[in-house]
Amino acid sequence: MRESLWGWGRTSPSVADVVTPDSETTVLDALQSAVTVVPRGLGRSYGDAAQVAGGLVLRNDAFRDISPIGDDGVVTVGAGVSIDDIIRRGLPDGWFVPVTPGTRQVTVGGAIAADVHGKNHHVDGSFASHVRSLRLLTPTGPLHCSPHENEDVFWATMGGMGLTGFVVNATIQLIPVVSDRVIVDTVRHANIDDVMADMLANDHRYRYSVSWVDCMSKGRSMGRGIITRGDHDPSPSPEKTPPRRARLSVPFSAPNGILNSLSIRAFNEGWFRKAPRHRIGEYQTLGTFFHPLDGVQDWNRLYGSRGFVQYQFAVPDAAGDTVRAAIELLSSSGVPSFLAVLKRFGDGNPGSLSFPIPGWTLALDLPVGPSALPGVLDQLDQLVAAAGGRIYLAKDSRLDPDLFREMYPRVDDFLAVKRRVDPHNVMVSDLSRRIGLIN
Amino acid sequence: MENAFGQPQSVVVLGGTSDIADALVGELVAARARTVILAGRNPETLAAAAERAATAGATTTATVVFDAADPSNAEATVRACFDAAQTPVDLVVVAVGYLGDQLADEVDPLAAAHVATVNYTWPVAALAALTPRMLQQGTGRILVITSVAGIRVRRGSYLYGSAKAGLDRHCEGMADALLGTGVTVQILRPGFVHTKMTEGMKAAPFAVDAQRVARDTVAGLASSSRVIYSPSIMKWLFGLLRHLPAGLWRALNESR
Repeated sequence: MRESLWGWGRTSPSVADVVTPDSETTVLDALQSAVTVVPRGLGRSYGDAAQVAGGLVLRNDAFRDISPIGDDGVVTVGAGVSIDDIIRRGLPDGWFVPVTPGTRQVTVGGAIAADVHGKNHHVDGSFASHVRSLRLLTPTGPLHCSPHENEDVFWATMGGMGLTGFVVNATIQLIPVVSDRVIVDTVRHANIDDVMADMLANDHRYRYSVSWVDCMSKGRSMGRGIITRGDHDPSPSPEKTPPRRARLSVPFSAPNGILNSLSIRAFNEGWFRKAPRHRIGEYQTLGTFFHPLDGVQDWNRLYGSRGFVQYQFAVPDAAGDTVRAAIELLSSSGVPSFLAVLKRFGDGNPGSLSFPIPGWTLALDLPVGPSALPGVLDQLDQLVAAAGGRIYLAKDSRLDPDLFREMYPRVDDFLAVKRRVDPHNVMVSDLSRRIGLIN
Repeated sequence: MENAFGQPQSVVVLGGTSDIADALVGELVAARARTVILAGRNPETLAAAAERAATAGATTTATVVFDAADPSNAEATVRACFDAAQTPVDLVVVAVGYLGDQLADEVDPLAAAHVATVNYTWPVAALAALTPRMLQQGTGRILVITSVAGIRVRRGSYLYGSAKAGLDRHCEGMADALLGTGVTVQILRPGFVHTKMTEGMKAAPFAVDAQRVARDTVAGLASSSRVIYSPSIMKWLFGLLRHLPAGLWRALNESR
């Protein structure tokens, strides 16, 4: 059926035939007969990664099996199983996901395609580090991939934005927990220098760490922020209750311009003031700590019909100044941006298009509308590229193709695998066309 | 593919030698446009415009020659443009326009029909040729340049104004027809613009240059609003003027 699709940012919709194959045969048939194909999970990538204009979109909804969880925490799940599904199944028995992004509403297929990371990247790496193996349907046939078998295909698929094939299932390693709580320490800093210094000095003491930074405050309070860090509670809780489902929702698209520099500045101010200066040992539920975005369903509608872009970059440790320069550029340009998320990344992995590199990563939500915004982001791209950094493709909706190649120097390794498993470039997305990766 | 800000990578312009189109292509190439296909009547001015686009950074440029006096060439013209692009076309700009000489043309049947053909009939034929191609792509925008002259038609330019009015209403219907198909129709309604078309004419209030129209258009592409006014005050001004009593409207135009 022809359907209009867009990413979570609600920009650049395109129309394609959308089907939900329910067997491997149907997927393979589609890969061998269609002109252009891309898989799609829950549509949480912000830009145009899971859509292909005029082509065929394969939803992974039908692949939802979850195997019994082994005593060692190893489980095989269908690609359409969400992080939420895994937590609901595993948590009562003491198993939690090894890596989770800010929302539970992503599928395992999507988590692999975007090689998602969470607050524990500096300790545990990204999602790929916990995938033991996967079954991939490519246009040239099915493949079993792992770090030891078809390893080049495995690593091209981790972060490969769904362009190497359709993931059927993956075997992943869960982590044991004894409680459904997290012990959280919160500290507030008056500016970006203090935030970054504290993160450098103390992040290693925690499994999870993230900072919220205000990119609209100026002068001495530029980049003021709140660091929240935590670990799973080591004392057993009697029951381990999975996170609650969203109780609030945004029923329809808000008028454009509700989120403007005035309202966002006020929100940032309130958020900063409400945080404690310093609090240790606070208990939070898993949902509150890991998935703040899941509290309100369809919150992306608040941005109105123009939608919003998310901008996330990573730069090496040596380029801490670039983080500062980026915040300075945003703060002086006056484009409204919600509290940005600043995190430290640990080591990257062999994934040729995987995003994380050791150092810093900053993510921002920016409403589409201000006429200065496209130019400001292009300037940020230049800063990031010059520092040896890159933009996260799962969030991107506007990167310049010329800079993409500079940012991902291992793109030729990816293309070599791509040519082998998909010689006719059947697997294409609006994203891959836009950044000139696969046309 | 266009990006989140409505910045296209590939652009086709029908009426590629128009000053507004030229300025717009300049803005688009400065952003993301790398494929620029220009179609128009005069091969030399087309080639010069294509050269400017290439110098500014377009990597694929081509020109297609056609004459909007003959709607039977619309299909072939559109086909040639899409073939030359070799990639899905993100934005088609319909910039064909011809002011004519109102006083002479209004009593000359063929000349009057010619104004209507260039401003209305040829663009309508071209839009019909574009639609199935864009639908098949599942993505893309069509930007049609009409005029505030079509909102309230003046005695001094009613041949042009009525044809633009027809085209404008045609596009409103088309925009509705294409909702949900991935293809967007947007209408650009400029006020008085200093261009070679209006050279020698007395400028109307709030006259702007083509650069300004181009910048307003880029902002309009980002916001996806169905109608883009340039300058934006035209929206309020003509919202008012269209309801002016006929006598007052006449007097206003005669006083100019």
